[in-house]
Amino acid sequence: MQAFGQLRFLLRITRTTGIARRYFVTNGFDGALTMLGLLMGFRISGSIPLEVALSACLGATIALTMSGLSSAYISETAERKKELRELEEAMLDELDDSAHAQAAKLVPIVIALVNGLAPFSLSILIILPIWLAYCGLPLPLPAFDAAIALAFTLIFLMGIFLGRISGSSWLLSGLRTVAIAAITSLLILLLRL
Amino acid sequence: MPLVKRIVLDVLKPHQPNALEFAHGIAQLGADYRVQLNVVEVDEKTESTVIAIEGHALDMQQIEEAINAMGGSVHSIDEVEVSGEAAAAD
Repeated sequence: MQAFGQLRFLLRITRTTGIARRYFVTNGFDGALTMLGLLMGFRISGSIPLEVALSACLGATIALTMSGLSSAYISETAERKKELRELEEAMLDELDDSAHAQAAKLVPIVIALVNGLAPFSLSILIILPIWLAYCGLPLPLPAFDAAIALAFTLIFLMGIFLGRISGSSWLLSGLRTVAIAAITSLLILLLRL
Repeated sequence: MPLVKRIVLDVLKPHQPNALEFAHGIAQLGADYRVQLNVVEVDEKTESTVIAIEGHALDMQQIEEAINAMGGSVHSIDEVEVSGEAAAAD
């Protein structure tokens, strides 16, 4: 509990909460749209075996997760080191034993986890119907249709989340993100033509 | 050993933690610690503050460690009030 309190303190003094939220939305949206793109491709290609689709989606999920983890960690570590150095220059003192030095080490890890786990969790949720169908569980919709519907639902929920953060209409914000997903799907359908 | 009852410190600190959190971080060192923090100058990344701390027996080393842990740096001790009551009791 004390460690959690200390982590919250470090996130507060480095004003990280907003950054982590931004990373969550950006990379979460990346994950959801990538899965939607793959699923639309499979859907219009016709007879793609569930096993192949599942492997392709899982491969993309792992790649997105690793990309999210590593890119955020590398960039945030560099940023935090720069900020710490500038603060040390302003303080005319080394801050090795301070909360700021601790934050420079911990905050990149937290942000990397957020950035990596956002696309991971959304992608896994989206491909869940395909996995369930692959395991033989009956679904109310064909597996690809169910996964696409789930992708649209999650993208709409992310829009609602953004709307609530900005204090604007959650419905409009949700519809805006759904419109982006719909345009993406349409472009993929046009490729088929 | 004489007891330190009050000290006034000239402290340079980063903007974060803010004045309230900074004062709170010092006050929680002792149940009877009272802290008054005045921000006297604000720069781009730092704030110059004057911190007055009162208590029955202030632990200067602990106070300085807490200030350093929050990224601050004690520039000078501007005022001290010391009581010889412990020494007298001995």
